[in-house]
Amino acid sequence: MPTEETSVQEALENIQPSKISVRGVTKSFRSSRRRLVALDDVSLDLAEGEFVVLVGPSGCGKSTLLNVIAGLERPDTGEVLVDGTAVGNPGRDRMLMFQDAALFPWLDVEGNVLFGLRLKPNLDRKARREVATFYLRMVGLEEFRRAAIHELSGGMKQRVALARSLAPNPRVLLMDEPFGALDAMTREQLYRDLQEIWQARRKTILFVTHNVREAVCLGDRVVLMTPRPGRVREQFPVHLPRPRDISGIDVARLASQITATLGRHLERVADGGES
Amino acid sequence: MRTVRALAFFLLGLMVWEGLVLTGFWSHVLLPSPLDVARYLGRAVADGSLAAAVLVTIRRLLLGYAVGLCLGLPLGLLVARFRLFADTIGVMALGLQTLPSVCWIPLALLWFGQTEGAMTFVVVMGTIWSIILATSHGLRSVPPIYVRAARTMGSRGLHTAVFVTLPAALPFITTGMKQGWAFAWRSLMAAEIYVTILTGFGLGHLLHYGRELHAMDQVLGVMLVIVLVGLCVDKALFSRVERFLHRRWGTGT
Repeated sequence: MPTEETSVQEALENIQPSKISVRGVTKSFRSSRRRLVALDDVSLDLAEGEFVVLVGPSGCGKSTLLNVIAGLERPDTGEVLVDGTAVGNPGRDRMLMFQDAALFPWLDVEGNVLFGLRLKPNLDRKARREVATFYLRMVGLEEFRRAAIHELSGGMKQRVALARSLAPNPRVLLMDEPFGALDAMTREQLYRDLQEIWQARRKTILFVTHNVREAVCLGDRVVLMTPRPGRVREQFPVHLPRPRDISGIDVARLASQITATLGRHLERVADGGES
Repeated sequence: MRTVRALAFFLLGLMVWEGLVLTGFWSHVLLPSPLDVARYLGRAVADGSLAAAVLVTIRRLLLGYAVGLCLGLPLGLLVARFRLFADTIGVMALGLQTLPSVCWIPLALLWFGQTEGAMTFVVVMGTIWSIILATSHGLRSVPPIYVRAARTMGSRGLHTAVFVTLPAALPFITTGMKQGWAFAWRSLMAAEIYVTILTGFGLGHLLHYGRELHAMDQVLGVMLVIVLVGLCVDKALFSRVERFLHRRWGTGT
């Protein structure tokens, strides 16, 4: 029987991940003294369901690129196409995760996951709660649904943030150094979980980090960026089998190769070849 | 256990007080004994004058406080949001907050006469500034990342303001409201002691006439009632909100 309400099944259905195309995006910030070119003519393509990791030192514009794709900032020139449509404002199809989990302390764990779902039309209260429960179970925090945010550890907070981002069923997940502030052991667990969830939920993921090993461990492709001005330098496909282990020898080998390349690029910048 | 401890403390206080009176060092006229005060309170309760005065005072207080909130919260929002309001209303609020609200009484009497209006005006002047300041400070202290997170989840304009910015600022706003309440209470007592109003006989008046009649048992009794009312309202109005805030934000114990 057809109804107006979206069923829980539909809400949880694996939807087609997006294809992203960044075309000639330039973005600069003006401070009182000088102009900083955060992104200089950056172009980048992500296939449907691809896991791409941006690496580079601070100031290379990787977070800015993420914000532009999310729609939180507008490029000076160029455009971002998601499934062929230009990105204007933030939208539920692209969820952004931050280094700071940015959970709302006035809501409990479930309330945080429900926040985005409440903004989604056609879901009644019961369906929303079922969806929230589904994702809380996925990140292994079902029994913490009533917990206050301050009671959670850093890793648990990021899990809740992940559940919150996944709950509205976005096509794209944009992750801005989400594990940067966590301890090594928690991070390793989250690498495993994220790879699993990505395979189960089929999202296009753009992940930003300055940890090259993390990049190799997670990405189908690693995109190397360099600062002043922010540019895409080189891209490295990663053909290692999944799930990958951050301390695996193959991951380490490719990571050191990328690090060496990065070093060469940075030397060239430091030599004053460009400004 | 905690109740017992608190009770023991106040009981001890009463005993010291009674003991001091019994030494006879001060005259009864200057320092009535706790029993005198209790006897006065008993009389005042029995003839209904105390209940009537409390009612009049609470009504004035709630009215003035409500007006202060209704004006102060939106003004605080404007001050937080727009530079123009911050440079005008914000500066004025900062200045007037330091002015004890008793100073408004001469003007209030001139403008409103010996009416409820004058009372309300003084109470509003006592509360509004600290509410404006706390609200704008609270809204400005909301970490921008909350708003960004909400925006990526599809929250916009008014929805963001009501469901993100406002709750995020709640700890500050509650503090401001509590401070505003304390100021309102003080302003009203000052106004009632200072001004004889024909439209109602409040606690302040009761205290004032106690002084005129040199009935220190009445003065002390009314003071006690004022403290109790303040305490009860604090418990009833703010304690629950504060407990919620502490639990969710993980502040305090």
